[in-house]
Amino acid sequence: MTRKDKVLIANGQGFWGDSILAPVRLVNEGPLDYLTLDYLAEVTMSIMQKLRSRNPQAGYATDFVKLIDRILPQLVEKNIKVVANAGGVNPTACMDAVMAVVKKHGFKGVTVGIVEGDDILSRLDELMANGERFANMDTGAALSTVRKDVTSANVYLGAFPIAEALDRGAQIVITGRGTDPGLVLGPLIHEFGWKQSDYDLLAAGTVAGHIVECGAQCTGGNYTDWRRVPDMAKIGYPIIEARADGTFVVTKHDNTGGLVTESTIAHQLAYEMGDPRAYLGPDCSADFTSFKLEMDGKDRVLVRGVRGTAPTPTYKASISYRNGFKAVGELTISGPDALEKAKLCAEIVWQRLAHDGCEFAPEEKMVEFIGANVTHSGIASAERKDPSEIFLRIGVKSAIEAKVDRFGMEIVPLVTSGPPGVTGFAGGRPKATDIIGFWPALVSKTKIQHRVTLVTS
Amino acid sequence: MPIVPLSRIATARSGDKGEGSNVGVLARSTASYVFLKRELTADRVKKHMHAINLGGVKRYEADNLRLLNFILLDSLGGGGSASLKTDAQGKTHGLAVLRMELDVPNEVLQATPEAT
Repeated sequence: MTRKDKVLIANGQGFWGDSILAPVRLVNEGPLDYLTLDYLAEVTMSIMQKLRSRNPQAGYATDFVKLIDRILPQLVEKNIKVVANAGGVNPTACMDAVMAVVKKHGFKGVTVGIVEGDDILSRLDELMANGERFANMDTGAALSTVRKDVTSANVYLGAFPIAEALDRGAQIVITGRGTDPGLVLGPLIHEFGWKQSDYDLLAAGTVAGHIVECGAQCTGGNYTDWRRVPDMAKIGYPIIEARADGTFVVTKHDNTGGLVTESTIAHQLAYEMGDPRAYLGPDCSADFTSFKLEMDGKDRVLVRGVRGTAPTPTYKASISYRNGFKAVGELTISGPDALEKAKLCAEIVWQRLAHDGCEFAPEEKMVEFIGANVTHSGIASAERKDPSEIFLRIGVKSAIEAKVDRFGMEIVPLVTSGPPGVTGFAGGRPKATDIIGFWPALVSKTKIQHRVTLVTS
Repeated sequence: MPIVPLSRIATARSGDKGEGSNVGVLARSTASYVFLKRELTADRVKKHMHAINLGGVKRYEADNLRLLNFILLDSLGGGGSASLKTDAQGKTHGLAVLRMELDVPNEVLQATPEAT
């Protein structure tokens, strides 16, 4: 196949809940070869497994199917490919739903591919019996200590399965859990024929994927110097303009809002960063200290010189488990004396619960007086003495669900039996919800096999 | 030396990292990076964030980005879904660090353009 000179890859969704308009604008407002969409977070996998256990056709990102329904004509007309981790814990059901949309529109010859093999929930016992301990990377504890409470288990697959689906003709690739940068790296491997030993190139694609994986967070969103960012309402989502040699430009479509500078890109490179010399992924380890950022025209940043090394022999696994219950109640307390009265309200809740034999340990309790410096607690320059109102957040956690629900009954009574000026109780009694714990672990790559399946309309 | 907030010479981004958060402090100039590399120690950030972060602080450097990356090991009240805090992801921790007040030499300030 003939290789393109450069490839345009956008991110139109940084997380499930991001702007539904962003991907629609990306396919309409300028040139594009690939649209990537990230729907998964750790807690999402657990929620999706719960949905699937109630309905075998559920457990994927339903927003994605609605999006395809809206933009499919443009995808077909402009030959834009889509790579999305919308499959969640049920890529097959997601593919079926997307194919139903393709048929509804009457398009023939559209190929949808799925990548599976990341979901190891049903294989956990077999893997543990075969010597995988899934030791917690933070505490060292063996997974067997919480095995009965596990709600989801997935490995972060790399980008080569995505490239395989594209090599075999998929226009829409749906994956389960993979790394976020892999959504960008997969198309680059496919387009430029990068090999598993091309560590510098794979690292360049990983850095590119990391920069765009949170959508507008690299184009002026969540930026310290926010007054410098023009037209944030119409902020442009990021586009990678990549070349086969591993150099790439980060940009956005013309006539969109937002800002792309060395500074906005450096901000996003710092996001969720650990050791910048060793950004570990399934396909390579990228060195975030190795490359240069430079302006290449308005709203264009050139990245070159990325270096990488071989990956480790393990995949990272993301395992979630039930770890107790929690609830948070919220009230608004007006002035005068808002903070003093809010403090009294919180104390009344704890005392009334104690009168009924319901006590919580200090580490199970939380009180926040929002408006009186919660987010920058302890920093003198942020302190305010007499706010005109306070938003009281008061919460508990416990292994015992009934205790958490009992707590929830003690919030609203403050409106009539506490100090004056307590309101904002329309939410009623907060109910206990599950706390989902996360268990970061490693698993040998030799134990994991991916599968690519394609269907053509 | 004038006392200025860290935001005068640096920007920041933060986010969650397991049960902790990371705060990337990005110097606005080469001069301020050289100054911050010397002055903005992990210990200083730990003291500044004492009421938010209950654990230790680790620092990494990336000279190419003029970046000092701080890992606050226990700053989210349990992290993820276990946290009861309003900022369970550490989204505001970057701005919290930028409130730090520092004695900055005049030559560093002169070499560092102000944010507009």
